[in-house]
Amino acid sequence: MLYFSRFKVFSILLVFIFGIYFFIPNILPISNNILFSNKKVNLGLDLQGGSYLLLEIDSKPLIEQKLQSKSLELRRELREKNLIYTNFRSEKDSLLFNFKLDQRNTLEQFLNDKVINPIISSTGREFSAIYQSDIVTITFTVDLLNLIKKNALEQSIEIVRNRIDELGTKEPNIITRGLDRILVELPGLKDPGEIKKLLGKTAQLNFRFLSNSNIDSSLGVDILNSPKKDIQYNVEKRIIVSGENLIDAQPGFDQLTNSSVVNFKLDNLGARKFAMASKDNIGRNLAIVLDNEVISAPVIRDAIITGNGQISGNFTAQEANELAILLRSGALPAPLSIIEERTVGPDLGKESVQSGIFSLVVGFLLVIMYMFYNYRIFGFFSNISLLLNLILIVSTLSILGSTLTLPGIAGIILTVGMAVDSNVLIYERIKEELKLEKNNLIAFDTAYKKVLTTILDSNITTLIAAIVLYFMGSGPVKGFAITLAIGIISTFFTTYVFGRFLVSIYIKKNKEALIRI
Amino acid sequence: MNLYDRKYNFLKYKKSFMFISLIFFILSILLFYVKGLNLGVDFKGGTVIEMKFDQPNNSEEIRKSLLKIDLGDVKVKEFGSNKEFLATIEQKGKNNDFVNSIKIQLEKDLNIKIDFRRVEVVGSKVSKELTIDGIYSVIIALTLMLIYIWFRFEWQFSLGSIIALVHDVIITIGVFSLIGYEFNLSIVAAILTIVGYSMNDTVIIYDRIREFLKKDDKQDIIELINDSINSTLSRTLKTSGTTLLALISIYFFGGEILKGFSFALIWGIIIGTYSSIFIASPILVYFNVKRNWEEVVDNTP
Repeated sequence: MLYFSRFKVFSILLVFIFGIYFFIPNILPISNNILFSNKKVNLGLDLQGGSYLLLEIDSKPLIEQKLQSKSLELRRELREKNLIYTNFRSEKDSLLFNFKLDQRNTLEQFLNDKVINPIISSTGREFSAIYQSDIVTITFTVDLLNLIKKNALEQSIEIVRNRIDELGTKEPNIITRGLDRILVELPGLKDPGEIKKLLGKTAQLNFRFLSNSNIDSSLGVDILNSPKKDIQYNVEKRIIVSGENLIDAQPGFDQLTNSSVVNFKLDNLGARKFAMASKDNIGRNLAIVLDNEVISAPVIRDAIITGNGQISGNFTAQEANELAILLRSGALPAPLSIIEERTVGPDLGKESVQSGIFSLVVGFLLVIMYMFYNYRIFGFFSNISLLLNLILIVSTLSILGSTLTLPGIAGIILTVGMAVDSNVLIYERIKEELKLEKNNLIAFDTAYKKVLTTILDSNITTLIAAIVLYFMGSGPVKGFAITLAIGIISTFFTTYVFGRFLVSIYIKKNKEALIRI
Repeated sequence: MNLYDRKYNFLKYKKSFMFISLIFFILSILLFYVKGLNLGVDFKGGTVIEMKFDQPNNSEEIRKSLLKIDLGDVKVKEFGSNKEFLATIEQKGKNNDFVNSIKIQLEKDLNIKIDFRRVEVVGSKVSKELTIDGIYSVIIALTLMLIYIWFRFEWQFSLGSIIALVHDVIITIGVFSLIGYEFNLSIVAAILTIVGYSMNDTVIIYDRIREFLKKDDKQDIIELINDSINSTLSRTLKTSGTTLLALISIYFFGGEILKGFSFALIWGIIIGTYSSIFIASPILVYFNVKRNWEEVVDNTP
């Protein structure tokens, strides 16, 4: 155990040098240096300041929409196939209707048709049909609901990304979580208020005519409010052009009305639709509807053929700017709500780093003094191992690019306290062996051998706790688990391998001397 | 003082210690049901805002102003100094932008500039998930350790160590209920760490018991266990000592956010050390541990 081959010595020194090499960029202001790596310990949001937002998509309206379109489709197809239905209604997430019992077979065939009920995954169809006497209940399958959620999630994440990019935040991290959630991390952001405001709106824009009671409004009429005025509008359900056809929106200023406006530009298709509709409806009011509120309803005076337009609605400059951003970045398929937020201001983050490092230094010094007092020269060896341990933890964090959080710093300090455990185990064992065995080499050798299983057993239990924490925990707690796990592994190396190496050099020089620990 | 040279009779009062532990165990469970835990937003849902003022202020005025916004119960307390406060608000606003409206309200009422240094908002759905995750993680960790010890030792050891661990976890929860420190995600992390540490302590004594069992299978089991505790005692106390030193440093200098976390760890180290000496080891007496280990200990270097 005390013999180290040249290869081993070389490997130990190599780890030592690598550790220091990757540690240095963390304490010296080196950047873009050819000699050193740019990798540094990645500070968590709680240390550098920033916002963590968990958004959830409310997919209910989307499922309702799908239910409605399915109901239209089914009724049309049933009529075409001469299948008689009565009392067609929707309840919760299902469609129900009564049928003629003698048509049951045809109906079953019809509802099993791949056009009516498409296969959407390897396991399932769009809906399932349950027959009960003369009533059939059509329910969407979990597969379909998940598909709707997945599509909404994919669309939403793009739009969330666009909106956040528009505000020019540095290095946002935007990823999906589960079926209907989006995780947004915004490092260094002081006040997430503006972003939260932008994420709260779906920004579904469309242009619809106000209804004239005498003109055909066959598709129906909505009664919509106005956000600023206390007026209600009767707006046709028929959509002339929607936000999808928008290619640009910029804030502007209208000198005639002396207020801020948003200028927009439509794509070719949108422009054509707009031109047709405006030509035929000169004199009517065109409502500009955003998220089911009428922003304004100007009168059409001329056919608008260029595809350029202006939205005015007594905006302040900031409101106009926000609206332009929302329109440019596209509409969300469904509303997003923030179900979890954790924001830390940069000042608090800095203070946390300072107090974290200060308590690390104090804890480290206390442990060093304690070990030195207890084990003298061997305490010194253990302290050198401990210092190397710290360096290795920091450099491993840098290489892996894992995030250091405030509990993470606590994890390092805890490691400092627990790391000496292996040394204590070894030294106490050596004491015992020295009582039985006069030969120093043999005594040390036996002690190291015997203590190995104990060290492994005890470290593995803590490692289990760290791994469970890593997989179950979130954010800051994950950071704690990472440093704890890295700490355990590097502790094993620094005490059992590096520490043993130091001790072996000392023992070989003092083979005959009386060693007291 | 060299602890190793002295020999203490740890098992003499084993029944009394187990009885005392049992009392505390039951008291903790009672406390948990009667008084409950001071759950943080992580598990209860709601909003926490840490704010800093330009000038000193008092918590009652902040509370009054916050009560005007209809967000349920509000608690405000000083947080480190009389310019810093921590407000805990029962509910989460429906609007995505409600934190900002809280700030506007406060600045209007108190006529002062306020810096929101930390904001945590947890919706009820998320808090339920976090609670379930927290409970699962403790159970999973305990189960994995049970399996590991079973694998490395015998079932008697596995059972003994798990009894000690459950004892540690329940009494720690009892202490949190008693003193009313906030119970949040990081406390769960601390409890898992305590579980790891206490296990570590127990394993080291068990290792020694097993070693002695292999060496001599005629020694009285009570005496053997007592010898094992004594011969590892110096290590047990020294390691607990260094770990406590490091943790005390976090408690005093690590800032307000880490206070509860480091307190849980400090308490955990104490109870973990106690339980491995006075619970996990003596309990083996009653479990009829296997005596004749087949493999022979190799004493040659």
